[in-house]
Formats: sequence, C-alpha cells, structure tokens
Amino acid sequence: MTDTAVETTRPIGVYTRPKGGGGWRDWVTTVDHKKIGILYGATALVFFVVGGCEALLIRLQLATPNGTILGADTYNQVFTMHGVTMIFLAAMPLAAAFGNYLIPLQIGARDVAFPRLNALSFWVFLAGAIFLNLSWVLGGAPDGGWFGYAPNSGIIYSPSVGMDFYAIGLQITGIASLVSAINLTVTILNMRAPGMTLFKMPVFTWMMLVVQLLLVFAMPVIAVALFLLIFSRQFGANFFNTEMGADPLLWQHLFWIFGHPEVYILILPSFGIISEVIPTFSRKPIFGYEFMVFSGIAIGFMGWGVWAHHMFASGIGPLSVAAFSLSTMFIAVPTGVKILNWLATMWGGKIKFTAAMLFAVGVISMFTIGGLSGVTHAMSPADTQQTDTYYVVAHFHYVIFGGIIFGLFSGFYFWWPKVFGHMLSEKLGKINFWVMLVGFNMTFGPMHTLGLQGMSRRIDTYSPGFGFELWNMVASIGSFIIATSVLIFVINVIVSAVKAKGQPHCGPDPWDARSLEWMTPNPTPEHNFDEVPVVESLDEFWHRKYGTDEEGRIVRVATAEEVCQDGSATGVHLPSPSYWPLVFSAGLPLVGLGLIFSLWLTIPGGIMMVGSLFAWVFEPVDDPDGPHGHHDDSEETATEEAPVV
Amino acid sequence: MSEAATTEHPTNTGISHNKLAMWVFLGSECLLFGALISTYLLYRNEFHTGPAPGDIFDIPFTSVSSFVLLMSSLTMVLALSALKRGDIRNNRLWLLTTALLGALFIGGQVYEFTSFVREGLGFTTSPFSSAFFTLTGFHGIHVSLGIVMLMSLLISSLRGNLKEKNSETVEIVGLYWHFVDVVWIFIFTVIYLVPNPTS
Amino acid sequence: MNTSETAVTTEAAHDDHDHPSDAKYIQIALLLGIITAAEVATYFVDIGVALIPVLMIMMVVKFFYVASWFMHLRFDSPLFTKFFVAGLILATTVYLVFLTVFEFWSKG
Repeated sequence: MTDTAVETTRPIGVYTRPKGGGGWRDWVTTVDHKKIGILYGATALVFFVVGGCEALLIRLQLATPNGTILGADTYNQVFTMHGVTMIFLAAMPLAAAFGNYLIPLQIGARDVAFPRLNALSFWVFLAGAIFLNLSWVLGGAPDGGWFGYAPNSGIIYSPSVGMDFYAIGLQITGIASLVSAINLTVTILNMRAPGMTLFKMPVFTWMMLVVQLLLVFAMPVIAVALFLLIFSRQFGANFFNTEMGADPLLWQHLFWIFGHPEVYILILPSFGIISEVIPTFSRKPIFGYEFMVFSGIAIGFMGWGVWAHHMFASGIGPLSVAAFSLSTMFIAVPTGVKILNWLATMWGGKIKFTAAMLFAVGVISMFTIGGLSGVTHAMSPADTQQTDTYYVVAHFHYVIFGGIIFGLFSGFYFWWPKVFGHMLSEKLGKINFWVMLVGFNMTFGPMHTLGLQGMSRRIDTYSPGFGFELWNMVASIGSFIIATSVLIFVINVIVSAVKAKGQPHCGPDPWDARSLEWMTPNPTPEHNFDEVPVVESLDEFWHRKYGTDEEGRIVRVATAEEVCQDGSATGVHLPSPSYWPLVFSAGLPLVGLGLIFSLWLTIPGGIMMVGSLFAWVFEPVDDPDGPHGHHDDSEETATEEAPVV
Repeated sequence: MSEAATTEHPTNTGISHNKLAMWVFLGSECLLFGALISTYLLYRNEFHTGPAPGDIFDIPFTSVSSFVLLMSSLTMVLALSALKRGDIRNNRLWLLTTALLGALFIGGQVYEFTSFVREGLGFTTSPFSSAFFTLTGFHGIHVSLGIVMLMSLLISSLRGNLKEKNSETVEIVGLYWHFVDVVWIFIFTVIYLVPNPTS
Repeated sequence: MNTSETAVTTEAAHDDHDHPSDAKYIQIALLLGIITAAEVATYFVDIGVALIPVLMIMMVVKFFYVASWFMHLRFDSPLFTKFFVAGLILATTVYLVFLTVFEFWSKG
C-alpha cells in the first residue's frame, strides 16, 4: 500500500521527523499519549500549587479584620487568578492528564486518533497558561473575577492590561481544549478494541466521552464571549457599552451558557475516576452500570438548560427565574442517581480502605454536601439572599474541591503504579487524606455561616464587629492545613520514588483491578498492548481473572501475571515524534502579546504558526530512518504513506 | 490532519478519523455561529445615532454574492465527483472555480464593508455595527480559510499528489466549504432579508 | 491535512452507495438558485404577514438540500448526521432561550 504519489523518498531539511535522542528531546517532540498525559499532569500540578499559593494569600489577608497583607487592587488580581488558575490551568488539565493517559489504555488502543494534535493540545495549553501568568510582570494580572462580568471587565473599570491577558489567554487554552476534545471523541468512537461496544467501556471512559462532547459544544460559546471582550477592549467595539444601548447581560449569558456545562466538564472526570476506584476496592462490579452511564449523559444534556441560575439576581424576569429554578432542581436527580449507585456498589462489598478508596468516599460525602447547598440555590428567593456571599464560595468549593480535587487525588493514588511502576506510600496517603479532609472542612465549612451572616465575596477586607472574625480565622487556619496535606502528597511522591529506585517494578495488578489498562505491565510500555485484546465483557480484565464454579461461586481462574501481557513485543509501529506542535504553540502567545503591546510582535508569531502548519502538513508520516519508521513488523501492513495537503 | 496510530484495524464506526473529526468540528461550529448570530439579533435595533440596518443593506448586491457562494457549493461537489471518477483535469478546474467564486464572494464583502464605512457605519459606530461586522467578518474569515485550503489542494494536485484515492481529503475540505455556505444561507435570510429596522 | 490511512478501509465501504451523478447535483443547484431568486423577490413584492414564515421555510429547504446532498448526509454514516443535528438542535434551543430571556420577540 505504499505505492503512493508521495513516495517514501527522503524528505529534505526540516521536513524530516525528529528522532528523539533521549532526555528532554523525547519530551518536547513526543506524540505518545502517555508522555503527553504525564506532561499535562505535571504542569497542572505546578499550577495547582500556584493557585493554592494565591488562595493562601487570600486567606492570610482575610484572617483578621482590616488585613493589610494585600492592597485592594492586588487582592482583586489574586482572587481572579486563583479562580482562573484552579479551573483552567489545574482542574481541566488534570482531567486531561487522566483522559490522555487512560482512555487509549481503557479502550485497548495504541494511541489517540491524532497523536500530533494531541501534542499540540498540550503545548497550546502550556502556552496559554504561561501567557496568563506573564500578566503578573507585564502590567498587572486580570482583576475582573474569573467570570469577568461586563462592564466591569471593560477598559473603563479595568484599565490595566490584566483583562486583555485574561481574554486572550483563555482563548488560547480554549483552543487546546477544543482540539483535545475532538481528538478524544474520535479516539473513543473509532479506536476501541475488537468486541468493546460502547456499553462495555469503563465508566471513566464514558464520562470522559460526555466531557469531550460538552467541550466540543461549549468551547465555541466562551470563544465568542472572549472575542466580544477582546474586540471591545482592543478595538472599541460596543458589545457592552450601555451608553449606546448595549446590554452587559450579554456577557453573563454567553459566559454561563459555557460556564454551566463547564461545571460538568470539571466534575464528570472525577465521577469517572471514583467509578473505577469504588468497584475495585469494594470487590464488586459497579452497581447499575447503565444507570451510571445514562445519568452521566443526562447530566451532560441538562447542563445546557440551567445556566441562568447563576444570574437570578441580575433582573432576568420572573418567568426566566422560575423556569431556570425548575430545571436546576431537576438536574440534581441524575447526580443523586450516581451517588446512590456508588453507595450501592459499596453496600455488601468487601471494602478495602486504601488511600484511593478514602479519597473516593471523600468525594461522595463532600460532594453531597456541596450538591445539597447547590439545591438551596435553585430556590431563587434563597439564592437572591445568598448571591455574591461567602455561602456561594462555600458551595462551589465543596463541589470543586470536595468533588473534583478529592476525585483527582483518588486517581493519583489508584493509577500511580500504572504510570510510574511503583506504588505511592499508602500510609502517607491515608495521612494525606485525613489532613486534607480536616483542612478542607475547616476552610470551607465556616464559609456557609459567614455567607449567611452577610459577608460578601470578593471584598478585600472587613471591619471588626460584624461577627466575621472567628470563622475567618478558622477558615484561614484550615487553608494552611490543606496546604500541609498537599505538601504531604509531594513528600509522598518524592519518598516513594526514592524508595522505588533500584527496586523491581510493582506487579501488573497491584489492586486486583477490573479494566483493560491493567492488562499491560506497569509502567505501561511505549506501545501499550503487545497484542490488542479482544473484549467480551465489561470489566474484561476481571473476567479473565475470575470465573464461577459449579455452585455459582466466584473463583479465581487465572493469576494476574497469566492474564497480563508482558510488554515484550517489538517492532510495533508507532507514530513518529514531531517538532511542529511545539513551534506552532510558541507562536500563539507572541500573537497574543502583539495584540496587547505592539502589533509587530504578531508577525514572528504568525510566521511561526503558519510555517509550522505547513511543515506539519508536509512532514512525512514517518521518518524513513526514524526509530519507529520501517514497517518491519509482520502485523503492520496497511500503512499508507499519507498524501499531502 | 494527522496520522492514525493504530492503522492495522479498521475503525469501530467504519468511518475515517479525519472525516469524523471534521463533522465533530462542524457540530462545534454551529454553537460558534449561533452565538454570533444571536448577538447580532440582540443588537439589530441598537444602531444608536448611526445608520440602521434597513438604511444601509444593499439587498440586490448581497443577493448576487449569496448566489455566487451558493454556486461555489455546486462547483465543490463537481470537483469531488470528478476526482472520484479519476478525472484529475476536471477536478483541478472545479477546485479553481470554487476558489475563484469564494474569492469573488470575499471581494464583494470587502466592497460592502468599505461602502458601509463610507456611509458612516464603522466598527465602533453602534452595538449594531460592532455585531454586524463581527458576524460577517467571522464568516468571511471562514470563507478565506476555505480558499486557502482549496488552493493547497490545487497546488498538491499540480504536484501530482491528489489522486482518486485521496478523494476523501477533497471531501473533507468540501464539507467545510458547504458548511460555510449553509451558514451564509442562514445569515442571508435572517440578517438581510427579514425586514430590518430603519432609523 | 493528510487523509488518514484508515480512509483505505472506509472508502471501500462507502463507494458501494451510488453517489448522485453530476446532473443530479446541477439539478439541485438549479433548485437552490430558484429558491434564492424567490427569496430575493420577497424584498420587492409585499406578501404581508406571510413574509417571515415563507422566508424561514425557504431557508430551511435550502439548508436541508445543501446538507443532505452536497454534504452527502443522506448517503453517509448516520453518525455524522447525529453530530451535526446535535449541534444544530443544541444551538437553536439554547440561543432561542437566550433571546427569549432577553425578551427579544416582544422587542421585535
């Protein structure tokens, strides 16, 4: 099949593909979904720490009345960047890390559908993240809150370049999300192992599919909103100019049409993670798999019909308020289904409280608290009272921290051996969990009270005598306990890595797990599967290890070592690395800086982007001399050298 | 757009990655243009002291350029159909015609914009003007990108790299092109033909 | 913009369907041209309250013909239709609600 127009003649000059060469070169040119997953995870953890430090600054400032640690202006920047960083630079890319690493493994594939686009997504995300944080040293960080309401985000009320960085930076990370979403959607639909029907996919992969579809449809909406903001600030457009009859609520609507699906984009990966962890450590299949899947899909659908509940206090009219109140109450139903299913999965199981399991149980309990306070917002009279108070801050931190961060930590402890070939210390892990749980509740629990007492969010300080002192102090102490727990995690990572050095890798199946990714050795070899498995059932891996005897009792029929592949296959064809995703991504922030400071800068940025796109298109599918290049393997026959354009 | 990783098996859906990705992308684009069109509709009456849409739109002119874009969809399918028959010559001819019709449409848009500016409708004149230029500008950028893709196909064909078996590439570019066309079908009716306010 | 290698396998599957002939495409383009002419005619001829419904129907017909014939949706995998229709329905519903919340319809 190689008799094509573009022969495998030696390409010239830059059109050869990088050969790796070990060390950092492997990482910057990689198109391997596992390496990209690790890059996503490492980068996102760095930004998680950055966002956490911003949170600590906020809590230091608010610990006592009349705080003087941050000025009002700096405070605005810090809380805005805390929100932006945690949502767009920590939580979303952490989900992308798990998705990238695990989806191909869980569906029995060797990589994603578009490996170079996958690398592009990561580098574009990193470019956007660095771009956003450059604002600190280039004239001030964004200061309009993470949802940047107009006209407060306009040039009059926010004259520094901060909101320009916000609008352009989020636009850049948005490109990364959209590209990655299309890529993973195609991967899941097109690249499942033989026999793996949609309803034999692990719940995590299912939830990630729903998330990718939400991203596909939600990212363009925020893109438009951000374009309107950029045009208003840079070119004097009148989208939010009330003097000319424009309606600033336009921003709020567009933002929340994106923003509410975004809430589910954030939480569903975590739901997926604990849906893998809980069955494994309860030693039972997930209860009501179909309900789990359909409730995830239902959440995805209904997430589009509730956006205006963020705007009850903005005067959208009684009819709209009533309609959105109703839809908001309904969306609690599929979420409730999930919680009941997790509980039913644990019910009667032989539960093993590993660190991963503890964090998963943490999600169920803490998210339920956040969900219940969320339902109180659905009642618009109560919401009118609570809007813009610390009650709302408490609510969404119970959902985001209690739901998402706990879930992601559960995933870390669960899949760490998969990725790195050694376990994290369970003992430190359990300490990590309990410290985090205590710190989390101390920080955000009191905020319910503060909010109901009337403390508004986003104020940079408060006077003594309102009764805010005690709970603010408790919350601030709690925030440092959370910081301690994150530190324990970092120590765990380091200590475990040092201990594992020189030791053999842990076995392929440390948890007696259920899904396909554990059929490869730990850490996963570059080519994933020696042989693509043929799937017969949900929890395929588990069913290969266990059968039933004559009396219907479950008995072990094979050891993990017998079932798992040994990773010894050679000559498996893999896509070659490429420079161009990185070069293209580096051009984007230059264009962004050019828009803000001097249009001249857009020229090198534009050249880099256009040039690398052409190089991308014209570079050969494989470097003929490359390490993966020749199709010397017998199973490899159908590779056609791709025609250009 | 990129290589597939596991090339040894057919895909689960029987559809190629590239084509599926394009359709997913087009689904996404619906939301993008939806937001731009809704923003425009919201502001079509907010012309402040500037010209109103009803004062300034030149329906006969826009009708001609709409017709041009519509016909470019025909030439696009003819290009694909020629390539599927292995008729390289006609494929090139129709690709070129499509690109030229697209360019003609863009030329018309440039003319329309400049004459609007001459008549006092700048980008910053009113919420209406900002929304109008943003919506039609976004559409114009999409058409321009389509022209770039068509020209790349043409160059590739002239270098002898566009053969019958590559017809899916042409089909995918065609999908994009037709999508941009249907967006204009929508814009032409809703923005131009539905009676517009006058000042 | 390479075609993916997998195209090889799928082309075979899809070429079984007869794609319409060029003559058919030209017929459809003619029809689309006539509808466009009729649309433009409404600008010059007053048809009263029927105007907006008539315009909408003609728009939908044109949209449908381009999507189903030129974009091959009627011959191609239903999955494509699903994605496209999902985007269309979602966009239409969300933005209709959006405009309704702004009381767009009563403002005219």
